Amino acid sequence: MNKTRTAVLALTALLLAPAASAQSLSDGGVKVGVLTDLSGVYSELSGQGSVKAAQMAAEDFMKANRAYAGKVSVLGVDHQNKADVAGNKAAEMIDRQNVDMLVDMPTSSAALAATEVARQKKTVAMVVTGATTALTNEKCNKYTFHYAYDNYMLANGTGTAVTKRGGNSWYIIYPNYAFGQDLNRQMVAAVQENGGKLAAPSDATPFPNTDFSSYLLKAQSVRPKIFGTMQAGNDLVNVVKQYNEFGLKKQGIGLGIGLLFETDVAALGQDAFSGAIATVPWFWNFDARSRQWAGRFEKAFGKKPTWAQAGVYSATMQYLSAVARAKTDNSDAVVKALEGYSFDDFFARNATIRPQDHRVLLDVQVVQVKGKSESKEAGDIYKRLNTIPAAKAFMPLSENKCRM
Amino acid sequence: MNTQLLLIQVFNGLVNGAFYALLSLGLAVIFGMLRIVNFMHGALYMLGAFAAFALGQLLGLGFWPSLILAPLLVGLLGVVLERGLLSRLYGLEPSYNLLLTFGLTLLTQDLVKQVMLSRFAVSSAPYSPPEVLSGVVNLGFVVFPKYRLFVIALSLVVCLLTWFVIEKTRVGAIIRASTENPVVTRAFGINVSLWVTGVFAVGAALAGLAGVLAAPIYSVEPYMGAELIITTFAVVVIGGMGSIMGSVVTGFAVGVLAAVGAAVYPPIANTLVFILMALVLLVRPSGLFGLPEGAR
Repeated sequence: MNKTRTAVLALTALLLAPAASAQSLSDGGVKVGVLTDLSGVYSELSGQGSVKAAQMAAEDFMKANRAYAGKVSVLGVDHQNKADVAGNKAAEMIDRQNVDMLVDMPTSSAALAATEVARQKKTVAMVVTGATTALTNEKCNKYTFHYAYDNYMLANGTGTAVTKRGGNSWYIIYPNYAFGQDLNRQMVAAVQENGGKLAAPSDATPFPNTDFSSYLLKAQSVRPKIFGTMQAGNDLVNVVKQYNEFGLKKQGIGLGIGLLFETDVAALGQDAFSGAIATVPWFWNFDARSRQWAGRFEKAFGKKPTWAQAGVYSATMQYLSAVARAKTDNSDAVVKALEGYSFDDFFARNATIRPQDHRVLLDVQVVQVKGKSESKEAGDIYKRLNTIPAAKAFMPLSENKCRM
Repeated sequence: MNTQLLLIQVFNGLVNGAFYALLSLGLAVIFGMLRIVNFMHGALYMLGAFAAFALGQLLGLGFWPSLILAPLLVGLLGVVLERGLLSRLYGLEPSYNLLLTFGLTLLTQDLVKQVMLSRFAVSSAPYSPPEVLSGVVNLGFVVFPKYRLFVIALSLVVCLLTWFVIEKTRVGAIIRASTENPVVTRAFGINVSLWVTGVFAVGAALAGLAGVLAAPIYSVEPYMGAELIITTFAVVVIGGMGSIMGSVVTGFAVGVLAAVGAAVYPPIANTLVFILMALVLLVRPSGLFGLPEGAR
């Protein structure tokens, strides 16, 4: 088996060798496929903004690399957050529309389905908005890269920061499906590793769910220092809305959030989240470099970028740069150019692409949501508490289950 | 779990129960009087919440005016729906209006989603309780949000009022007669189709009212009614299709059941109501408060 594979690879290499010496692109160009949610719950945080971000990356790349002028194009496709749709669309994009690389992919199940298709069709896929650590563990493969964040990074960042700041007794609720169970497990581990304890065992809530009052009342009687919620999207909005309604903060029970997007804060207003601690890969007013890019994005799109959209720009740019280094858009050559590559851009700081599992390691920020009164300008929602260096932010290889 | 915690959850369950009661009341009135299975009820509930949000954004109206206006608007929409669409299906099998209302639900959800995204740039709309009702109050055995107490009280009043009007007044008698035997009622010079439209509008307005009440505590988003409507149908079935008393009592009971369930064993919280429904259907197919079909 291995011998045949080596032989095939060698043969491919031979066939490709003459072409690779010059710039060689399939069908005369590079096509980036933004597979995202254009109509559903994640369309505000990714969606058209992600497509715009990828287009910006393509334009910037073509400006910097004249040889590619007019040769990079971007296609945005809706996967409706459904795994089956994501798989079918991925196949269609690769087979019929000659897409060379897939990017974004919110919703873990949709990301897993699309990356599986991309693997079969030997196409590079860079997951930005999907969260599951399975992408770089059980389901890892040669062509899939995981950008921006994952469940481990969220739990490790927030669990550690909150516990060390004195929030050392937790009561956690999580939505009862793969994402929530995984995030709860990782969060409990992070809390306990830092000397924290559980005031009561975590509760699995139905998903989706609107009323969380039973759990908030339980928190009132258990009296943890931190009420941890692993809910996402609308469920998270419901939890936080009701957390405020029950006045838990005034009763000395803080809020720990597993996964927080800028759009969740917008849905309730930042006062509802004020004081909550979360971990994010990036935010628009982090420093001058991020501000500069965010300003360009806002000018082009009319809204401030979310970190997911910034991540799509960065991932697209890194892919295109790898194509330029490899001098071809042949996936195997691009993967080779990406593996082990180190870089630093406005989004990904001190970044390395780990060759063993294709996790993109980057510095991540532990942030606290500001109250409206502390906010200095529109969209100024985060105060940075600390930065976790790239090497410590993600799952160490010793725990990693990837066999590529 | 100790008794105090149990008591707290029973009390807390009344809030959810209030929503179930208001919604199933509307469903029961519409079904009991018109024999329409209104699948759109959840979407009307969502429209009530969305109307409250939109009235606030566009006209600067606060909670109190919206509490009156939003149900009125949803009731008006009910008139349009009944006159324009549903009334054309009265001679046909019930499955036709079920399909129609289901289709309308999908349309409404997507329409609201588009409006929210394009006009207001949110996928879930912020909405706060009025100043006087925000904050918590210490009841001795539990610290509870004031607004939720208001929800329980208001819905109880509305439920009792509806029951009283339909069972004890002349208006109620006309409505009951119009639906029981429209031909004879017409012979008495009563405009039956006008009353039918009125009843549908009131049922729709009740859903709208539940929506406004929900806006300050639940996330206001296009699909907020989709989950709730399924439980509400179960409530109506348990209470007895068309029974007003049945839907109110069962609504509150199911709310309590779900809250206690969530505290004892969360994974079962949302399933309990369906287990109860299956049991009731086995033992008393016409529901707890319903009369057997033949006896009507």
